[in-house]
Amino acid sequence: MKPYDMPSSDGHFGPYGGTFVSETLIAAIENLKKEYLFIRDDPAFQQELAYELKHYVGRPSPIYHAKRLSDSLGGAQIYLKREDLNHTGAHKINNTVGQAMLAKRMGKPRVIAETGAGQHGVATATVAARYGMECVVYMGAEDVKRQAQNVYRMKLLGAEVVPVTSGSRTLKDALNEAMRDWVTNVHNTFYIIGTVAGPHPYPMMVRDFNSVVGRECLVQMPDMIGRHPDAVLACVGGGSNAMGIFYPYINEKEVQLIGVEAGGEGIASGRHSASLSAGSPGVLHGNRTYLLQDDNGQIIETHSISAGLDYPGVGPEHAWLKDSGRAHYVAINDDEALKAFHTLCRLEGIIPALESSHALAHAIKIAPTLAKDKVLLVNLSGRGDKDMATVAEQSGITL
Amino acid sequence: MSRIENVLSKLHAQKRCALIPFFTVGDPDLSTCLPTMHAMVSAGADVIELGVPFSDPMADGPVIQRASERALKNNVRLVDVLQVVKEFRQTNQDTPIVLMGYANPIERMGVDAFVSSCHQVGVDGVLVVDYPPSEAQALSQALAPYSIDPIFLIAPTTTDDRVKEIALMAKGYVYYVSLRGVTGASHIDVEDVKNQLDRIKQHVTIPVGVGFGIRDAKTAQAIGELADAVVVGSRIVETIEKSEKDSIPHEVGAFIKELRHALDNSL
Repeated sequence: MKPYDMPSSDGHFGPYGGTFVSETLIAAIENLKKEYLFIRDDPAFQQELAYELKHYVGRPSPIYHAKRLSDSLGGAQIYLKREDLNHTGAHKINNTVGQAMLAKRMGKPRVIAETGAGQHGVATATVAARYGMECVVYMGAEDVKRQAQNVYRMKLLGAEVVPVTSGSRTLKDALNEAMRDWVTNVHNTFYIIGTVAGPHPYPMMVRDFNSVVGRECLVQMPDMIGRHPDAVLACVGGGSNAMGIFYPYINEKEVQLIGVEAGGEGIASGRHSASLSAGSPGVLHGNRTYLLQDDNGQIIETHSISAGLDYPGVGPEHAWLKDSGRAHYVAINDDEALKAFHTLCRLEGIIPALESSHALAHAIKIAPTLAKDKVLLVNLSGRGDKDMATVAEQSGITL
Repeated sequence: MSRIENVLSKLHAQKRCALIPFFTVGDPDLSTCLPTMHAMVSAGADVIELGVPFSDPMADGPVIQRASERALKNNVRLVDVLQVVKEFRQTNQDTPIVLMGYANPIERMGVDAFVSSCHQVGVDGVLVVDYPPSEAQALSQALAPYSIDPIFLIAPTTTDDRVKEIALMAKGYVYYVSLRGVTGASHIDVEDVKNQLDRIKQHVTIPVGVGFGIRDAKTAQAIGELADAVVVGSRIVETIEKSEKDSIPHEVGAFIKELRHALDNSL
């Protein structure tokens, strides 16, 4: 079989992906594509990126055998890819370092970003400070209220945080607003998108920058257990950490790929963010993908206990991997994720992000059904320090 | 010949610039739409662009975003927009109607179902903001059997090669976006528009309309001397936003009359 080579040169993953933007943005996107394709194959750029990832981000991140957790479940062995140990505490920095270096190369003194909970905003503000660039982060007005600590972190790092009051005042509206800024200020501005969505080349570029995660695993797992894992699990909101770990495994057909979406209060409740499990194809934010939408094609509001998964779309490559059967996608509810969060805290001394807790929860669910020599590799995409207030509130505690 | 071609070629023969007002259907409500459209025609509008509300209008500035939000609060759907056109056609067979909106509501309905409804109710052109030519193949093919024109945008940053590509697909008119930015931005550089139109017209043989940034009679007049059509959107939506509901057709009509007068006096 021929090796996986998505996307096509015009950015399509089968019927998904593409460049669904106004003509006003096309020149900027074409230019970005040209520059990205150049640095992708430029040894000097890749060498500098590798240096930054090692010395600034702290890569490679280790893989940890969660033995007490695995023993408690009595089935498959659970291994954790420790992206929570990166600088800024999540996988997001892998991508923002890459895009900021590209922005610098393109001579753009100003970077902008959208953010939901603030993790991508913080990662962008971090690299903007590192490379001496002006930084503006668009954040839904509702999220600004809910995530005061991350807003302050971004400001500490020198970024300007702009509350977005249009639409539902959440992540999707922040993305719209960042696009509007970009089309107006493209002469001096680089838009650092935080997930594997948006118009081509973003889904490919963000995947490539994050795929350092999976490339490390391809070496680390055989070192640890002498072979590849039986399955790789990752949470999926927009889907950047999942694409980062899935992508290098796509040609390893014996490795199952499992994406875990946010089931919120349950798919049947309608209050969730599970675009792949419960949505339908449509066009949003520059690409065709699975969306949560009403019968008239309006995008609907989503819900998840983890703000980072709270997005009504999903990266187009996940849509393709779902339809082609190479990956499969499940949903984990708020309470299951919360339970997995507490379990990992108590059994392994690791406080996971609520996002990553979804992937973990699914591993916990299936491990007992599998033999003890089976291996599940979970992308522990971020640490949970940011989620203290949310978790405490769920337990009826005010900090 | 499509209704758009027909109207625009007549104006061209008279050496007059077409006036194309835009507003969002359902803003402030559905019942105000028809009287507003008829008032536009009486005041001298040649083509009417109807905005289809969408929850995520990425290419629009705050004014048209708010119009979309107001319309969505009234639960206005794509089928309601088509119904408005149907009712308009009961008394007006002459004024071309162009639907302008985003891809998702159309894809949700299904491109073929959408096109066939457009044909049935009497839509004359479709402009899907987030369908650049490379993504517009299916829609263009579906429109081809009918005399419904696919309208495309051209930006200041559109390269000559792309202008040629757009020229091959566009019918009716092309819409030159005179500003870098979103709808409703404030200034327009007449000299720059002139140079751009000269460039575009080397490749595009159908009429060229200019929009984004035309805010008053003075800019309309200046642009009208250069372009085949002027498109006025945000400024009309502002008028709708500021006016008492009952007086909207009158207020919008008065503004269009002013523009019409300015355009016709630029001869």
